[in-house]
Amino acid sequence: MSHPGVTTESRLVRMLLIGTAGLIVGLLLLMPLLAVFIEALRKGWEVFLASLHDEAALSAVKLTLTAAAVSVPLNTLFGVGAAWAVTKFRFKGRALLISLIDLPFAVSPVIAGLVFVLLFSPHGWFGRWLEEYDLKVIFALPGIIIATMFVTFPFVARELIPLMAAQGSDQEEAAVTLGARGWQIFLRVTLPNIKWGLLYGVLLCNARAMGEFGAVSVVSGHIRGETNTLPLHVEVLYNEYQFSAAFACATLLALLALVTLGIKSAIEHFTGHRHHGRH
Amino acid sequence: MSKRRVIPGFGLSLGFTLCYLSLLILIPLAALFLKAAGLGWQEWWRLLGSARVLAAARLTFGASACAAALSAILGLPVTWVLVRYRFPGRRLMDAMIDLPFALPTAVAGITLTTIYAPNGWVGAWLLKLGIKGAYSPVGVFIALTFIGFPFVVRTLQPVLEDFAKDTEEAAATLGAGRWLTVRRVVFPMMVPALITGFTLAFARALGEYGSVIFISGNLPMKTEILPLLIVSQLEQFNVPAAAVIASAMLVVSFMLLLSINLLQRWLDWQKS
Repeated sequence: MSHPGVTTESRLVRMLLIGTAGLIVGLLLLMPLLAVFIEALRKGWEVFLASLHDEAALSAVKLTLTAAAVSVPLNTLFGVGAAWAVTKFRFKGRALLISLIDLPFAVSPVIAGLVFVLLFSPHGWFGRWLEEYDLKVIFALPGIIIATMFVTFPFVARELIPLMAAQGSDQEEAAVTLGARGWQIFLRVTLPNIKWGLLYGVLLCNARAMGEFGAVSVVSGHIRGETNTLPLHVEVLYNEYQFSAAFACATLLALLALVTLGIKSAIEHFTGHRHHGRH
Repeated sequence: MSKRRVIPGFGLSLGFTLCYLSLLILIPLAALFLKAAGLGWQEWWRLLGSARVLAAARLTFGASACAAALSAILGLPVTWVLVRYRFPGRRLMDAMIDLPFALPTAVAGITLTTIYAPNGWVGAWLLKLGIKGAYSPVGVFIALTFIGFPFVVRTLQPVLEDFAKDTEEAAATLGAGRWLTVRRVVFPMMVPALITGFTLAFARALGEYGSVIFISGNLPMKTEILPLLIVSQLEQFNVPAAAVIASAMLVVSFMLLLSINLLQRWLDWQKS
C-alpha cells in the first residue's frame, strides 16, 4: 500500500478536476442526448406518438430492422470465422489479413456507398448484367444491405481477435486429443469462452447497422416509404422542417444507443473486463 | 511451417474469411481505384486542383485537426479523473464516453445543430460573443469534436490504468512536488497514447458525414466538407469527379491507418 499523499493531488485540485471533467462530459455529450428527448416532446405527447405511428416512419423502422437482420448475422459469422483463422493458426500474410479486416474503419461511409454505386448502378460495372435479369441493387433493399454490411464488417472480428488471441488454443488442443470433432470443439469449448466478447461485438455491430447514415444515404435514393431507413427518415423530416417528428424518430435511435451502452456497461461490470479495480 | 495443425477448420475458416473480405471490401475498393485511375493523371490534377475541391479539403483537414486537438485537450482531464479518482457518478460518466460511438450520426447531427443554431441553447450564447456556431466552419469543428472525443479517452485510459505508481512514488521520494511529478513523469508517459488518440480522432473526422452535414450549412467553397462534395458530385452524375476525390481521400486514410498501426506498436512496446 502506497502512501496516499504523494501520488494524488490535494483535495481542492481533485474537486476542480472532477468538476471540469463533469462540465466537459455534460456539455459535450449529455446535453445533445437530453436535447433529443426535449425537442421530441416539445409539442407534446400526441405529436410525438403520431410521428412514430406515421406510415413512413413505420416502414423506415421495418427497413432498418430488415437491413440489420441480414447484415448483423452475416458479419457475425464472418467475425467468428476470421477470428478462428487468425488466432488458431499461423500462416503467411496473417498480420496483413488482420489489418485488412480493419480497413472499413478507415473508409468514409460516403465512399463505402460510392463503391457500390460504381459497381451496381445502371452505368456501373455490373449494371448491364443486373438490368438483363431485372435486378435492382442501387436505390433498393439489396444496396442498403450491402452498404450496411460494408460499414459494420469489422465489429465482431475486431472484438474477438484480441480476446481469442489472449486465450490461446490449449483448451481446443486438449479437446482434439480427447477426440472432439470440429464443430463440437467450437460449440463446447470456444463459444463458452468468448460468449461475452461475441455478444459485445454483435451489439456494437447492430448499433452501427441500425444507425448507419452516410453509406446508406448514398445507395438508398431516399424513396419515401420504400428505401428510407430510420436515420434517413430522420434526415428527410428534418429537412422538411418537421422538427418534432424528426426528433421523435431520433429518440428511437437514441434509445438504441442508450440500450447498447447500458448492456455494454453491464457486460463490463459482470465479466470484470476493463473493470477499474484500484489495486 | 512444419508444425502440423492440430485444430481443425483452417481451410474452411480462412477460405471463408478471404472470400468474404474480397467480395465485400477489397474488390469494391479496387473497382473505385480502377475507375479513378482510368481517367489519367491530367484529369486527376484538374479535378483535385479545382477551387471547390481545395476549399473543401482545407475545411475538412483543418476542422478535423482542430477538433482532434480539442478532443485531446478535453480528453486528458476526463481520463485522468476517470482512472485516478473515485466519486459518485463515475461509472455513469465512464459509460457516457462511448455515446458518440453508439449514437447514430444523423441524430448527433440534428441535435448539435439545434443546440448550436443561433436560437439554440449554446448557439444564442455564442452569438453574443460574436461567434456563429451552426452553419459555419465552427459548426463543423464542434460536430467533429463530439465524434472524436471518445477515441482519445479510450486510448488514454488503458495506458493510464497500467501506469505503475512506483515511478510517481520514486519521483516524490526524490523530492519532486506533485505538479513537477505529473509534468515530468506522468505526462511524458502519456504522450504516445495522446498522439495515437489524436490520430484516431483525426482519421475518423476526415470521413465523417452524418453529424456534419446538418450543422455545416453546406455552402460550396465555405462550409462544404469533402465527403459532402463526393455526394453532390454523385448526385449531379459527375461520377468521375466523385471517384477521383474519393480515391484521393482513401489514399490519405490508408496512410493514416498505417501510421495508427505503427503508433499502436509504439504503445504496446511502451507497455512491455
